Amino acid sequence: MAVPFPLALSRRQLLQHAAALGLTFSLPAMEARAANRRGAERPMSLITLWMQGGPSQLETWDPHPGTAIGGPTQAIATTIPGLEIASLLPRMAEVMHHTSVIRSLVSKEGDHERGSYHVLTGYRPDPTVVHPSVGAVLAHELPGKGVEIPPHVSLAGGAGFTLPRGGYLGDEYDAFRIYEPGRGLVNMRSRVGDDRTTRRRDGLDVVERAFRTGREQQIKETLHQHMVERAVAMMSSEQLAAFDFDKEPAAVVAGYGASRFGRGCLVARRLVQTGVRSVQVVLDGFDTHTDNFEGCKTQAALLDPAFSSLLKDLVVHDLLASTIVLCIGEFGRTPRINPLDGRDHWPSGFSCVIAGGGLKAGGVVGATDPTGAKREPERPVTVGDLYSTIYTAMSVDPAKEINTPIGRPIKICEGQVIRELMG
Amino acid sequence: MRLPAVIAPLAVVAAVLGVTGYAVQAPVSNRPLPSSEPSQLTETVQRLNALLVENWSAHGLAPAEPADDLTILRRLTLAIVGTVPSLEEIRRFEKDTRPDRLAHWTAGLLEDVRFHDYFAERLARAYVGVEGGQFIVFRRDRFTDWLSEQLRKHRPYDGIVRDLIATDGVWTDKPAVNFISAAYSNDAFDENKLAGRTVRAFLGQRIDCAQCHDHPFAHWKQAEFEGLAACFGKTRMSIVGVDDGRKEPFEVEDRKTLVKRQVEPAVPFGAEWMPSTGDPRERLAAWVTNPDNRRLDRAIANRVWGLIFGKPFLTERPVDDLPDPDEADADGQNQILDVLADDFRAHNRDLRRLVQVIAASQAFRADSRAASSGSGSSGSCRWETFPLVRLRPEQVVGSMLQASTIRTIDRNSHLLTRALRFSRERDFVEDFGDPGENELGERVGTVPQALLRMNGNLQNDLVQPNPFNATTRIANDAEDPAGCVEVAYLVCLTRRPTPEEAEHFAKEIAGRPKKEREQAVADLMWTLFNSTEFSWNH
Repeated sequence: MAVPFPLALSRRQLLQHAAALGLTFSLPAMEARAANRRGAERPMSLITLWMQGGPSQLETWDPHPGTAIGGPTQAIATTIPGLEIASLLPRMAEVMHHTSVIRSLVSKEGDHERGSYHVLTGYRPDPTVVHPSVGAVLAHELPGKGVEIPPHVSLAGGAGFTLPRGGYLGDEYDAFRIYEPGRGLVNMRSRVGDDRTTRRRDGLDVVERAFRTGREQQIKETLHQHMVERAVAMMSSEQLAAFDFDKEPAAVVAGYGASRFGRGCLVARRLVQTGVRSVQVVLDGFDTHTDNFEGCKTQAALLDPAFSSLLKDLVVHDLLASTIVLCIGEFGRTPRINPLDGRDHWPSGFSCVIAGGGLKAGGVVGATDPTGAKREPERPVTVGDLYSTIYTAMSVDPAKEINTPIGRPIKICEGQVIRELMG
Repeated sequence: MRLPAVIAPLAVVAAVLGVTGYAVQAPVSNRPLPSSEPSQLTETVQRLNALLVENWSAHGLAPAEPADDLTILRRLTLAIVGTVPSLEEIRRFEKDTRPDRLAHWTAGLLEDVRFHDYFAERLARAYVGVEGGQFIVFRRDRFTDWLSEQLRKHRPYDGIVRDLIATDGVWTDKPAVNFISAAYSNDAFDENKLAGRTVRAFLGQRIDCAQCHDHPFAHWKQAEFEGLAACFGKTRMSIVGVDDGRKEPFEVEDRKTLVKRQVEPAVPFGAEWMPSTGDPRERLAAWVTNPDNRRLDRAIANRVWGLIFGKPFLTERPVDDLPDPDEADADGQNQILDVLADDFRAHNRDLRRLVQVIAASQAFRADSRAASSGSGSSGSCRWETFPLVRLRPEQVVGSMLQASTIRTIDRNSHLLTRALRFSRERDFVEDFGDPGENELGERVGTVPQALLRMNGNLQNDLVQPNPFNATTRIANDAEDPAGCVEVAYLVCLTRRPTPEEAEHFAKEIAGRPKKEREQAVADLMWTLFNSTEFSWNH
């Protein structure tokens, strides 16, 4: 940057030099805002790109061109030597070196609701307990200081069983839902002018005082007022700017693509910058039981610019080391093409892409059978294994037990860390 | 003969006049007082109260004063029909001078169609959860309709339970079958899920741990679980729906040795209650509903107590995990629960009577302010003081809709009103966050809920003045600012304001010019909707 004084350094360079000389104590105290920290010392965040419906691995990360099961899908080379992905994702091919691909995920849940539950929480549905989603666990285990916006957010679609829940950790860990990212927040502004808002809140104090009489202890335990105060704090917080992207350069915004999902990925990056712990961005439409190849083309047109821009953006802002990006759906799709030119549900050998967070990049874990004859993939990886890896990378102990309300201690995650991904 | 062209605009004018005419009708109509006779329950209630009082004094707790009648009316209406009383209901109640008017009102509310629908939904959650299930084989809407119908027909509870477990047929034609078909996924019936759910929902025991190993702290053995699962071992999906016609024997695979073995239907206790002949599900249904199976009555008594108060009678445990009926009762709780359960069993397992007994108890009539300062609510709840419990989302939105309508929204309401209420309720509950199957667990509010209440569309529509809602009516019909405040408090909080509150808000309203009066009332309504008192049962 052009600075008149020849010895002036940027703040970042200054920090780096000071750290190297062990002189950080001598620097003027700086605000410990998450946005000012960079690199690996930053508290980590997780961005999940949720491919709702079950994305076909054969049309995305695990193509088998020229085989009976491959269909018309072609493959292209990527920046990982030896790795080819579907030609529908050219921009991703250029940035795959930031990521690793797992091609051998296995689960026993082939139903949308159950499969989503399984992949969102790492556990299979259990009648006695509702497990918290991975995002909720992270928000619970790694609370952020000074973050006035919710630590667990879902953008562009989460609803019903796609919405990550807090489960036995409590409703307050449910993902905060924003259906239209970047289009202004719902329910964030008072509906009347400042005068009336103040009058309303003053009136509320009077009513609360009357109700509190004789019920002091019980009122404290309701946390009702506490939630109102937090809501009001959020309404007036500067950090709300993270949800909008008016200040972003037009070229950056255009790079993500003019879709709700694209906007969601951009907002996800901004949220992570502000210190939000877990963000889910939903892309629906992968349930291609009919007309699979056209369907995947449409989906890829939305996924490709958004995902690649997100990765590039995280690199530019030096956030990739402290952010894990996971691109996954509730299951994959059958190698066999059905009579309607579609593919059906396939939980035994599906793919995901994982990047950042200090995990090894450029790796490929597992392989599926190109002939489609074998059901089991090579080197099967369970969803529990995947999340054990993510938790470990984020310094959360997956073996830690939480005492659930039914009296049964449940581990945060059951599974083995994927050695091939640990740096 | 062609009609003159002037008919169309005349028809439009007539329609507009009709709608406006409807809107400006006086809000309070002259409907008769509820006429259902309350059941004779004095003896049971006295026994129940005696045990409660004994329990409290054994723990050094002073019972709270009785709550005033309006507070109890609010609790009753919220518990039985899921909303607050309307202004006209309050006026009628206050005019009712019978000494046992609360008993009459309880009985009357239990005949209301809103009760059937509301309770059907609550019970449905215990039976089939809130999962969507596979639409092809599971229709939750038909299921709740059927439950509502059984409640309307005064069907004894054990008959309903037998139908749920043992009906054969197609789930659209015989909606009770949905209890079974809810467990159909991945092209097979999940016998373990059905066994676990049956025992939890109907008998109030959690034996699910025993699916994989002997229960670590209770006495359930894995073999006992397998025997229960075997009762669903012949259930299959055929062309004529669900039936018990599977030919293959029910087999269980040993988790360690992977050896398969056949298991016969068996029950973990009370084997003499299970008939030896018949289809397995019929036999299981007879066992569950046997008059000697005390767990059935205790479980439903605990759950209905929970639906009335907001938390189950045994507060320290999940609602579907009760202690053994014969367990040593150091705490005195088993005894009290048994009074409810025994009365239920002795009176044909009548759900309405159970509700009436609970509503007549001293625990239900107690104030939510503790008797002596210092005995706060930390520590377990023993019902000497009415506990503060968060209302369910349907109750919150139901109350908001009722409060802003003045006229009672019930079967006599205009179809448009009811349709609007239904869709608004559904949207609100979705935005608010449905607590799901576990709605009797401890819940705290969340920030999005607070935002929804403060700034959301629904509250804005209901609070901002328009010709059809309470804000405008109150502002224009009440004689003076004090009158406005009183009506607002009655419709929202079912009470009159304290002197301090009355002074504050009357001054607010009087201090604004006449044409801003509606806005001032709207602000008051907003304030009341956002108070703790509105969203909590007390």
